[in-house]
Amino acid sequence: MKINIKNEEIRSERVLRIEEIAGENIFKCYQCGKCSAGCPSADQMDLLPNQVVRNLQIGKVDAVLNSKSIWICASCFMCWTRCPRGVNLTALFEACRQVKLRENIDEVGLKQTIQEAEEMDIPQIAVISVLRKLTS
Amino acid sequence: MEVSYFPGCTLKQTAKNFETSAISSSKLLGIELKELSRWNCCGTVYSLATDDSMHHLAPIRNLIRVQEEGSKEVVTLCSMCYNTLKQANELVRAEPDRLQKLNDFMYLEEDYKPDLEVYHLVTYIKDNVGYEKLKDKVTNPLSGLKVAVYYGCLLLRPDSIKLDDRENPRIMEDMMEALGAEVIDFPYHNECCGSYHTLGKRDLVIERTNKIISEAKLDGADVLVLSCPECDFNLDHRQKNTLEKYPSFETMPVLYFTQLMNIALGGDLADCGFELNYIDPIPLLKDKGILK
Repeated sequence: MKINIKNEEIRSERVLRIEEIAGENIFKCYQCGKCSAGCPSADQMDLLPNQVVRNLQIGKVDAVLNSKSIWICASCFMCWTRCPRGVNLTALFEACRQVKLRENIDEVGLKQTIQEAEEMDIPQIAVISVLRKLTS
Repeated sequence: MEVSYFPGCTLKQTAKNFETSAISSSKLLGIELKELSRWNCCGTVYSLATDDSMHHLAPIRNLIRVQEEGSKEVVTLCSMCYNTLKQANELVRAEPDRLQKLNDFMYLEEDYKPDLEVYHLVTYIKDNVGYEKLKDKVTNPLSGLKVAVYYGCLLLRPDSIKLDDRENPRIMEDMMEALGAEVIDFPYHNECCGSYHTLGKRDLVIERTNKIISEAKLDGADVLVLSCPECDFNLDHRQKNTLEKYPSFETMPVLYFTQLMNIALGGDLADCGFELNYIDPIPLLKDKGILK
């Protein structure tokens, strides 16, 4: 597959913002794939965790921010704890969500979330977590 | 011994049986869980954005409550509360500037001095009672009960808060063995249950529940034991939805470790609150001769 990498995209403002929010250097990653091997949500993701980092490295930030993966990650910390380079992917995923949320793009609707929670005895921690992680 | 106790919101609502069984079994071990006279939500998810201090206010405010009561230790039960309170405590210890900022923001509160410890009840029992003494206090051993221990994510990760080795933990297994149960080897002990996706992405959780419970079954477990109201909801209550999707799915009782501890120590059965468990464990426990 041919990919066009543009010089001006590689260190774009959004990539730098993601790194800053996460407090992480994306170039520490050498693409071994251990994060994706351990990720319990990998089978549900359209971009595997290592592919998320690779896309950020080559400046394909839109592919990451438009992916389902960043919303499927539930911050279980498996990727970060198993990474041989200590890359905090959990924080990188959080930063990707934050960039979108700070642009006022919510992943779920408040009304619908509350309604669904009321239909079943959903634990309070789940309701608060969804609102914290998926809305701005 | 008396220790400050932070319950968190879910133990007062959908997971009341976790709290009642913990208070009862702790009492039998000589531990008085003294609920903080004031507390607020812990925030449930620890904020991972380095520029976000706002979401650390809730956990630190709770730690100020502990400090106000003159206590140096606080015990929690819920994995999410434990993870959030402990990570926030570790953060302000490592970053004095951040602590200053949080203290300045909460200027009507006394300053938080990060010299208190956040414990999960399992660690507190291991350190302050010990498993030898726990074993001595067992009056109704869980003989013949095959247990799969499930930690999930938030008791083992990240490293700064782990209860035990994050890949091969033993702390809950050893506790179950002290109570007389037979612990089976269970490779999915530290997998994620899907967590808060139970609200909004139910199918994702159904897949997890199917995978985790079916594996426990395959490994020969009678019950799954855990310590998180979120995992409990997903792995117990979502078995209903799992069965609807996969008719050949075999159900399994899921219990809080405190429920089994309460039975083994001869506590009042009412404190186990089994009526809140979706898959009723009573027939199995009677079958094993553990309950009369």
